[in-house]
Amino acid sequence: MADVNAKSVLTAPIFQNNPIALQILGICSALAVTTSMSVSLVMALAVIFVTSLSSFFVSLIRNHIPSAIRIIVQMTIIASLVIVVDQILKAYAYEMSKQLSVFVGLIITNCIVMGRAEGFAMSNTPGMSFLDGIGNGLGYGFVLLVVGFFRELLGAGSVFGFTILPMVQNGGWYVPNGLMLLPPSAFFIIGLLIWVLRSINPEQVESTEFKMKENSKPQEAV
Amino acid sequence: MAQGNNSIKKILIVAFSLCIVCSVIVSTAAVALRPAQQLNQELDRKTNILNVARLYEPGMDVEEAFREQITARVVELETGEYTDEFDPETFDGFEAARDPATGRTLSGDRDIAGLSRVENYATVYLVGEEEDPDQIVLPIRGQGLWGRMMGFLSVEGDGNTIVSITYYDHSETPGLGAEVNNPRWQAQWEGKEIYDEEGDLSPAIHLTKGGASNENEVDALSGATLTSNGVTNMLQFWLSEEGFGPYLAKFRSGTEPEDAENTDTDFEDGEGA
Repeated sequence: MADVNAKSVLTAPIFQNNPIALQILGICSALAVTTSMSVSLVMALAVIFVTSLSSFFVSLIRNHIPSAIRIIVQMTIIASLVIVVDQILKAYAYEMSKQLSVFVGLIITNCIVMGRAEGFAMSNTPGMSFLDGIGNGLGYGFVLLVVGFFRELLGAGSVFGFTILPMVQNGGWYVPNGLMLLPPSAFFIIGLLIWVLRSINPEQVESTEFKMKENSKPQEAV
Repeated sequence: MAQGNNSIKKILIVAFSLCIVCSVIVSTAAVALRPAQQLNQELDRKTNILNVARLYEPGMDVEEAFREQITARVVELETGEYTDEFDPETFDGFEAARDPATGRTLSGDRDIAGLSRVENYATVYLVGEEEDPDQIVLPIRGQGLWGRMMGFLSVEGDGNTIVSITYYDHSETPGLGAEVNNPRWQAQWEGKEIYDEEGDLSPAIHLTKGGASNENEVDALSGATLTSNGVTNMLQFWLSEEGFGPYLAKFRSGTEPEDAENTDTDFEDGEGA
């Protein structure tokens, strides 16, 4: 990350350097919480909150963190923030916290948060780190909402809980795709999304690391 | 990064002060938000009870409706009598099951609902008059396909006719087993009967494939055989003599359960009915 200016720090992670689509971080929670749009949105907000503030605090004390225990220090800050988020959700968005269940707690293990704290906040000013955290949270949230949109629309016939395609179970015509409600479908959608993003930005395509040997022909194999 | 940061003294200072600051933040949040959280849990439980009693409407004042229409009592399962030993507001069946004083271990063949331990007392919620309730809401739980399912079953004042069933905590497959909470599936429980003509304490209600043909049968969930088996098993368990059987028997025979002090003879009458 050569040039550090506020605008690029904030917006680059959304498309050019998306944590999920390019860096393939934080996939686990993206599979688990994207069954509906509203849950994805709350999860995205929670991650934005945690990433931005943890980057901010890590950056604030970065000159005092002994390198020997820096990972533990970052972890402690992240974990504390995650517990605070979890408590707030339980108090003010109880329904939502029931649906998110353990995945709020698992933000602690989200590689994006840790990656930004270690990769950016340790060597940049608090203000920049805060923006970087927000930017990466937005990038994560963007993917979550796109995946959530398709999963909720195709799996439950609704968007944000509003019925778009009336389902057969409720007397409509749409036969929902049950696969969309299960975690594997998020793999397909994230895969397609990465394909789309890399078709738009061909420079994101990784160079080939190795070339597969051609399959042996049937008569040689015998 | 200054070299001085890695001295043992500095490491200890940083680690210690960080822990202090973080623990203060976390505990402040936990303590400050606890009342709001407990209120939410309480509200959620009451909403579910009103829901299963078909009294819930979106936007209603849950607290007030609950206070006006519902009375909570703790029942001793073995005798089917009310007891004042526990406060229904605070009694937690799940906790009670683990305590040797208030719970018991189930042996393999009797443990059809996969509970392993069960409580000897349970909270029931009476809708309407306490002496002659319109509905009785019973807590049920048991093993589904992926994990424990917790729910409520509401029964009419005759102790036999089902009003509705709902699950407030389960981890069944979305779109298949999780359809236990589909209102259209729940609606077919209305008017079903728990016990058959024989009048003993073994419940006849069960889920069946290929269409319900009588009052004791409910259509199973399509594509969710194991969840359906779980629902059948937990009803068979909780409505049998291990669960609410003796209690419901009193409503079926017309002898209302009484407070524990003067009950021994009443129970004999109730069971024979």
